[in-house]
Amino acid sequence: MQGISENSLGWVIRYRTSELLKGWWQPGILLAALIFSIPVLTIASFLLQPSGDVWQHLVDTVLTDYLINSALLTLGVGLGTLSIGVTCAWLTSLCQFPGKKLFIWALLLPLAMPAYIIAYTYTGMFDFAGPVQTLIRDWTGWGYGDYYFPEVRSLGGAIVMLSLVLYPYVYLLARAAFLEQSVCVIEVSRTLGCNAWSSFYRVALPLARPAIVAGLSLALMETLADYGTVSYFGLGVFTTGIFRTWFGLGDSAAAAKLAAILLLFVFTLIVIERWSRNRAQYHHTTNRYRQLPQFQLTGFRALIAFVACLLPLLFGFLLPASQLGLWALDTYTVMVDASFIRLTLNTILLGLSTAVLAVLLALFFAYGKRVLASKLVFASVRVVATGYAVPGTIIAVGVIIPLAWFDNTLDAYMRDQFEISTGLLLSGTLFAVMFAYLVRFLAVSIQSVESGLAKIRLSMDEAARSMGYKPAETLFRIHLPLMKGSVLTALLIVFVDVMKELPATLILRPFNFNTLAVRAFELASDERLADSSTAALMIVAVGLLPVILLSKSIASSRAGS
Amino acid sequence: MHKKFLLIAAMLFAIVISAISGTVTSQSAEVNIYSARKESLIKPLLDQFSAETGIKTNLITASADKLLTRMINEGRNTPADILITVDAGRLFRARQADIFQPIKSQKIEQLVPSNLRDPENYWIGLSQRARVIFYVKDRVNPAQLSTYENLADQQWKHRICIRGSDNIYNQSLVASLIAANGKAATQQWANALVGNMARPPQGGDRDQIKAAAAGQCDIAIANTYYFARMLENKKDPSQSEAAQKMAIFWPNQQGRGAHVNISGAGISKYSRNLDNAHKLLEFLVSPAAQSWYANANYEYPVNPSVKPGGLIASWGTFKADAIDLSKLGELNAEAVKTMDRAGWK
Repeated sequence: MQGISENSLGWVIRYRTSELLKGWWQPGILLAALIFSIPVLTIASFLLQPSGDVWQHLVDTVLTDYLINSALLTLGVGLGTLSIGVTCAWLTSLCQFPGKKLFIWALLLPLAMPAYIIAYTYTGMFDFAGPVQTLIRDWTGWGYGDYYFPEVRSLGGAIVMLSLVLYPYVYLLARAAFLEQSVCVIEVSRTLGCNAWSSFYRVALPLARPAIVAGLSLALMETLADYGTVSYFGLGVFTTGIFRTWFGLGDSAAAAKLAAILLLFVFTLIVIERWSRNRAQYHHTTNRYRQLPQFQLTGFRALIAFVACLLPLLFGFLLPASQLGLWALDTYTVMVDASFIRLTLNTILLGLSTAVLAVLLALFFAYGKRVLASKLVFASVRVVATGYAVPGTIIAVGVIIPLAWFDNTLDAYMRDQFEISTGLLLSGTLFAVMFAYLVRFLAVSIQSVESGLAKIRLSMDEAARSMGYKPAETLFRIHLPLMKGSVLTALLIVFVDVMKELPATLILRPFNFNTLAVRAFELASDERLADSSTAALMIVAVGLLPVILLSKSIASSRAGS
Repeated sequence: MHKKFLLIAAMLFAIVISAISGTVTSQSAEVNIYSARKESLIKPLLDQFSAETGIKTNLITASADKLLTRMINEGRNTPADILITVDAGRLFRARQADIFQPIKSQKIEQLVPSNLRDPENYWIGLSQRARVIFYVKDRVNPAQLSTYENLADQQWKHRICIRGSDNIYNQSLVASLIAANGKAATQQWANALVGNMARPPQGGDRDQIKAAAAGQCDIAIANTYYFARMLENKKDPSQSEAAQKMAIFWPNQQGRGAHVNISGAGISKYSRNLDNAHKLLEFLVSPAAQSWYANANYEYPVNPSVKPGGLIASWGTFKADAIDLSKLGELNAEAVKTMDRAGWK
């Protein structure tokens, strides 16, 4: 009963607000959504070009491989990130065991590790010709084919690499969800006879499901967009196929068709995610927040918990970071010079400013959705969020074409009318770079801000409004303090993502502008792993601070603690 | 709280804007380069050029396809004066896209042999790269090796390591085979070669040499400079140890010669620093720069007056395929399709 009246009152207030704001907010959102969809739409427009016999060639030869490999990769990384992310999130939020305090933040560290770097590093170590297998052969006298050793550069290897660096998305959101759960449900489940395991499986997990699926969809979108790892491992998936078709076969229309299929994958993911959210509208009925009950693990079970949290940390961070560190010890004297400091600063500055912009835009979109409750706005925000799954290079090309068109059209007009050339105003500037970043990473900030906003119930708005707060006051006095955690999360994830971003930076950047990722990748792809380690390690080091801040923000985001 | 936040945002924005304007301000004596050669393999030469001439160089590096896309879309307003690629196919494509202009320099015509530049000088080669066969000295009798074609022979079943078909060097190699033997014969060759691979293609050129040295296969296909860099690697002794187990074999010496590609450059149709662009290209083919390619990156010079020294000299001279390099560009798509059909990953 209470739920119904609350909803209908909410509807009335929402309706009134929307009347006031619809005048500019809705067109504003639609316009912004359109602008940030231009790159994806540009690529989609290639579908209209004739693709000749190349498409048929793809269908005859490689398309099935691309489909199967992409599906297996997505499935594998999905299972990998889910099992690691959820397990660790549960253990660190509701269980008590030695080392937990450390794991809470350390488990986020792999987030700072670019996937291609970890792929290069592990290949260097565990490849047939690498030190580990060579040592095995030296000890045993075995040769090629005499023993089994898992192949790093394989589909399985790619699944492991991507799972190791992407599980933090699931961990991050799942842990936040577990922490937000009202103490009542857990306590009730315990009084009804659940043990630690069944109260997790039957109560906490279903309640956290929307958050877990949100984290999972981020991880999977990142998987579908990955190019560095899959191309190094020689896997035929959609991203590698798109490049090959576009540049090797010189057919942009057939490449766009592949990209369209990739986007179909993504839309399916998004639909699944929305569906799961709609189905799972659980709301806590009380506000009794206090210290969550902790399951005290001892002896063998504590050991298992410890190992379960240690493994992803070990393989996702400690091991590759130590290898990088060893290489860097050899090479840093040559690699660190004045330009290195410059490019570190570039990277940080670019990351920070993009993160701020991404969060401001996300607030604009998310509030629009909340206040306007219009289907059109919902749909357009969804479209903006697809950019995350599109490979950076594709986005970059989608940015180059419209910006260059704009610049050249303006230039031609100005030459005609005033005989002055305006040249390239936007192309080849940091504006173009940041625009591409925003197209790719808005999904992340929107996701995070929306989840924060969802915590603030409409009844709080109504209470504030009925007590005389204007909308702006409600925003700053009620929402901002409650949203702090989510906003910080959005800032930090976008920052870390931008630092790792490579393909769009490479192609869109202005002259003489380098970032850490560019430096690391150029050297690594030139098969100079040791030389690339200093820059790679610096990415990780700069990423560390945000990651630690991030864990603090989650810890303090729990109401009542 | 929110005021502070806005203030920080505004400050950041201001810094970024100033960074942007800092990078686009133009100076008179400069030349702008889009390069598919990696920074570490071109910057030293550019710095040397600047020191000698006082002309400032501005550089962006990325893969050739993407730089080409950028240049084509930037149209007549492109800031690029020079595009440098690491294969002839991309230079051919740039000419097709009508973004180059003929290079007018007698000096360059004298220094670069005509088979290493476009017939109408829309582009020139800067260095040569040979893609050849490497064999494990212990396990392969070089008398059994002869040509690229011969690698399709049954005797090499599961004995060959070669990287993926995404790689431009492989695409060019297959294109050169199509040019020499025709489509049908090359398709058969590719089918047989895939059957002879010791493992699914993966990794880069060095990885093939390492895998062979470690015993995974007996033959590796790679560019010579990777082999040289491994041999001369002082920091990681495992690389030179691996390379020392291998030897180089020059294929097709009785016939058309070993497959050679170039890294090369062309001048943008819309170049605003035309003189400086010509000066830079003249510098890059001058003896000083040419010996840098040979000594620092173990590539073969295009300037025949420069004789590579040391390690490269020890490999002796070889006969190079004198194919018109534009052909490699023309046949690139056909090469990719051939490899797709053969199941070359």
